[in-house]
Amino acid sequence: MTTTTLSREAQPNAVTESALGGATRLTNAAIRLSDVTKSFGVGDNRTVALKDVSLDLPYGEMVLLVGPSGCGKTTLISIVAGLLEPTAGEVEVLGQNLTQMRGGKKVRFRGKHIGFVFQQYNLLPALTAVENACVPLLIAGWNRGKAIDKAGHLLDAVGLGSRLKSFPNQLSGGQQQRVAIARALVHDPQLLVCDEPTAALDAASGRVVMGLIKQVAVQPDRAVIVVTHDSRVYDFGDRIVSMSDGEISGIEAGSHRSPSPPGERGTGN
Amino acid sequence: MNWVALRMLLGDTTKFLGIVFGVSFAALLMAQQSAIFCGLMRNTTAQIRDVEGADLWVMDRSVQFVDDVKPMSENKLLRVRGVEGVAWAVKLYKGIARAKLTDGNYQQVIMLGLDYDNRDELGRVVGEPRPDRIIVGDWHDLDQPDSVFMDDFGWRYMFGDIPFELGHTVEMNNRQARIVGLVKCNATFQTFPIMYTKYSQALQYNPPESKTLTFILVKAQPDVSAEMVCERIAAQTGLQAKTNDQFFWMTIDYYMKRTGIPINFGITVMLGFVVGCAIAGQTFYLFTIENLKQFGSLKAMGVSNIRIIQMVMLQAIVVGLIGYGLGIGGAAAFGVFFEKFVKSAPPAFYFGWQIPVIAAVAVAIIITISALVSLKRVLFLEPAVVFR
Repeated sequence: MTTTTLSREAQPNAVTESALGGATRLTNAAIRLSDVTKSFGVGDNRTVALKDVSLDLPYGEMVLLVGPSGCGKTTLISIVAGLLEPTAGEVEVLGQNLTQMRGGKKVRFRGKHIGFVFQQYNLLPALTAVENACVPLLIAGWNRGKAIDKAGHLLDAVGLGSRLKSFPNQLSGGQQQRVAIARALVHDPQLLVCDEPTAALDAASGRVVMGLIKQVAVQPDRAVIVVTHDSRVYDFGDRIVSMSDGEISGIEAGSHRSPSPPGERGTGN
Repeated sequence: MNWVALRMLLGDTTKFLGIVFGVSFAALLMAQQSAIFCGLMRNTTAQIRDVEGADLWVMDRSVQFVDDVKPMSENKLLRVRGVEGVAWAVKLYKGIARAKLTDGNYQQVIMLGLDYDNRDELGRVVGEPRPDRIIVGDWHDLDQPDSVFMDDFGWRYMFGDIPFELGHTVEMNNRQARIVGLVKCNATFQTFPIMYTKYSQALQYNPPESKTLTFILVKAQPDVSAEMVCERIAAQTGLQAKTNDQFFWMTIDYYMKRTGIPINFGITVMLGFVVGCAIAGQTFYLFTIENLKQFGSLKAMGVSNIRIIQMVMLQAIVVGLIGYGLGIGGAAAFGVFFEKFVKSAPPAFYFGWQIPVIAAVAVAIIITISALVSLKRVLFLEPAVVFR
């Protein structure tokens, strides 16, 4: 069992890793996992997806979660996002113990504090870009007009100000992912969870999307986790957490490359 | 989120129309077939509704429905009049006569013979049609020998497009019958033309029988209930006495139990329900399955299961209401068309308030089943599926 602590104060490229018990845990971690285990199935069919994972992640950084398929990345972010229950261990997100949180409270917590960016965008095909982007606000009970106004501003910020009324099937993959980013951020969540946001995009579009997340999403009071196996975008991460066989196999600081603002690269799609 | 639910529903035009079609088809088939069934059943009671003025129908104990004529001896009339609570009692002849047409063919007609010898308390002939039912002619012309009134549909039935001709004659039991007017009657189940004449005249149009009295029409005294008088008549005369309402339902009950009509129509209505369920349910299910990823995303983003249920139910209610409206509207339009433009057959379409209500219940069941089948998948959907 290892406890891995990442902090904004850590020196670039430094790896902080120490044995559990003697580890220095962050006092104000955005995400704190303690001995988290997740298994599926029973008996001979039991598969352990996560093995005693302990990890602290701070606010204000973009953390890339990388590793081969089946290593437990998706399971880990599902648990962090409150979409899956761990089999054992404690999960604390944004100061709230998710392990003890149940039913409706957890649903409300997700709706209020977590933003999601999915690999396949998962936009509602019947809604326009701006309508899609305002969905989290509608979930929170906002008036539709105000929600659309706010979503419109955010779409403008991600370079889609001219495509507010376009439907998803009228947008390129990169543009759809930008709508998804706007949707994930429109309600000012403290945690942004991105699952393979560049997997369905070509290299150039992928870099635009990652740059956008880096530029728009990363803030001092927000934690950003990006699951990816796209090594071409590793340079966007402040931290890179590597996983293997359900365990954290390594942590390293990213290169802190500053992305260009959306639109400048000219490969928004 | 209701707005999102509606946009999701209307966004997939093909599936939306498919679900609406399924529901409207079911509503149309159920309402239209039920209305025809009710119309046919009502038609079996046409004479009960046409012969107005009395409270009770008295008949032989073995009579099962209005067309089941079992002649009684005329002295039964006197016995009925002797029952306490009877204000007055008159004779009614109802039988089938055979009319010989000018081209040599024969046509059966329903003969109604009204009692001109005994009148009600106001001196009117009991069973005489109201003035607004007289289309052509003067009812008093029945005082002339060998004269009959005929129903307007019966005229078209017997003579086709030939315009009504006052004084046209037909031959029945070797006697001339002169048609002196047309009267509007309720459509009958048997579709035979109806002829009104005097009781004594009606007897002339059929071969002589020893017993000729088919029904006795009775008025109860104001201070005695019709049901009470029925019981007394049955007890004191051994005859069967029914109020208009009881006779109406007794006749319908006969056709319900002794014919295959309800079963056949019931099968069609059930088919409408099943097909509606299948089309609407399957399309709605496919619609939901195709949106499963979106529902999963919504759940991940903080939409509760209760909200999901509300969204799916709202979608179901909207398609249900639209489909129901189209179906019921279509059924009603069918009835109007049938009554207005089909002149060769009597209308058999009764669109009582019960039919839209029953159809509404059936549609509600269809959309609820459809929604529940779909909801099962959505509610048990792990939101983590969005990451797979």
